Amino acid sequence: MSELSITLLRFGFLILLWALVLSAIGVLRADLYGTRVTSRGRGREKRKPDNRANKVAAPSRSATGIRTGSISTSADAVGHLAVVSGPLKGTTIPLGTAPILVGRSPTCTLVIDDDYCSAKHCRIFPEGQGWRIEDLGSTNGTFLDNQRVGDPMPFKRGDQVRLGATTLELRS
Amino acid sequence: MATVADLNVRAGRRSELALLGLAWMVIVLARALVDYNAAFLELVPLAIYGAVWAAMMIAAHVVLDKVAPSADPVLLPAVFALNGVGIAEIRRIDHAEGTAFADAQMIWAALGVTAMIAVVLLLRDHRKLRRFTYTAGVVGLVLYLLPLVPGLGITVNGARIWISVFGYTAQPGEFAKIALVVFFAGYLVTNRDTLALAGPKFLGMRFPRPRDMGPLLLVWAAAMLIMVYERDLGASLLFFGIFLGMLYVATQRLSWVLTGMGLFFIGGSFAALTIPHVRARFDAWLHALDPEVYSSGTSEQLVRGLFGMASGGLFGTGLGEGRPDLVPYAESDFIIASLGEELGLTGLMAILTLYLIIVQRAFRTSIGVRDGFGKLLSSGLGFAIAIQVFIVVGGVTRVIPLTGLTAPFLAYGGSSLLANWIVIALLLRVSDMARRPSEEVA
Repeated sequence: MSELSITLLRFGFLILLWALVLSAIGVLRADLYGTRVTSRGRGREKRKPDNRANKVAAPSRSATGIRTGSISTSADAVGHLAVVSGPLKGTTIPLGTAPILVGRSPTCTLVIDDDYCSAKHCRIFPEGQGWRIEDLGSTNGTFLDNQRVGDPMPFKRGDQVRLGATTLELRS
Repeated sequence: MATVADLNVRAGRRSELALLGLAWMVIVLARALVDYNAAFLELVPLAIYGAVWAAMMIAAHVVLDKVAPSADPVLLPAVFALNGVGIAEIRRIDHAEGTAFADAQMIWAALGVTAMIAVVLLLRDHRKLRRFTYTAGVVGLVLYLLPLVPGLGITVNGARIWISVFGYTAQPGEFAKIALVVFFAGYLVTNRDTLALAGPKFLGMRFPRPRDMGPLLLVWAAAMLIMVYERDLGASLLFFGIFLGMLYVATQRLSWVLTGMGLFFIGGSFAALTIPHVRARFDAWLHALDPEVYSSGTSEQLVRGLFGMASGGLFGTGLGEGRPDLVPYAESDFIIASLGEELGLTGLMAILTLYLIIVQRAFRTSIGVRDGFGKLLSSGLGFAIAIQVFIVVGGVTRVIPLTGLTAPFLAYGGSSLLANWIVIALLLRVSDMARRPSEEVA
């Protein structure tokens, strides 16, 4: 091979190397910059119908829950738990048949990083037709409409619960 | 720790395949150039070489497609490209010196890819590793201290980081770092609250309480032990750096990092003053171009590496056309200098960007994954790669004292290659969990 073609190949190699680097960056461009919190709610909204269909069709998933009572039509009206204030504002959790544990411990379903929250703060679980909320002996308390929660209380759609700096709302 | 909204990221398996194709071209062209410039180019071995790489890539890709379909698509191509460029450069030094390191490294690469596939297949959920928190801690420490066992450890170039069993040598420290990341992740996820919340305020930062300093002091003591008895500044810095990085991720406290860096600085300066081997390394670093230090031989390797990179300039001499073999250990400790000479600053920057991409993916995974253990695990693995690259490149370019660590995926060394492929397997596993659409997780 001539001197010229070797030089071309030499630079060709560098170009190829950079082509790899730049196309890799191109592939990850989509999630290079932060995250979109706002698009989240809409995404869930759209997916919800088949979500519920899955749950009815596959009862084996409910084995994760303690109370595996069937979810009836009125419970269907309750779709997800939304965080309306606090460090996790904007987060939603779809409600299935499993109870939801809220607290600071990494084993909880909803992990809240808040100094005023206990490790296992409260539990939201399905019962009969609807959902109930109970406090798990938290230090600073769980408040449902400014009333401290102790034993399980009914938690209806639109109700807001406050724990530490976080407010949770049950939404359809 | 931050919680993040769903990302509707595409799984990207097809992009991965395209990028793997590009990486394959880089690998094969690198070897073709190296062989041609050594007047050694034969088409049949080259075709076999290309086929072996293609087989490894396709195997890895198919396995990911089946068992980890949402795993990160750029990790594999970046790692394959680094590994292939490394092997081409090692082969180039083989041609100059009549050694056969490249063939050995190729076998290690195949073993590494196999290990990666095995880990991805066997470990379906990274959270299982949390059960082995304390086991991993013990295993990690034992592996780190193994070279100190008389009769087992051997001293190479003044550092005692190798073990020799039935004629086979290995660097257990490379595997120890994985075990320790698992341990730190499991430990910190349970104890971060006490480490993060209490303590006096000073200079606008909340400093840890003296009684909570136990783990930091313990890790510091272990790092000092490695530095003093194994005479390996690099492993010690890597070990301590991973811990500090993960501690920062877990507690969000800058004060821990400052306290830890202060402690390491004190220990490091003490070692530099008292231990002759470490002292020689510091001398070679600070006075590398001093004729007295150079002629005594302590900084010769470093300076030759610097001259090599200087002669490479912006675009390099071209693969196989420089003289990287003039530097001792050009295929392992100084592979960065060899590549800097032959690919120039442009090529070296591409290589460093590939590392940056790998580390960025690790941290991105750590933001995306939902469980605290996974967050700490993947950020810890990211720190491990980042700090190791910093120590190696910093040592070769005279930013920090030179140490005996190897550049991940590039340098010749079986233990290092195998361990780093396992690191990638774990990252792929966690990233699959992080990027999986939320229905399955919730």
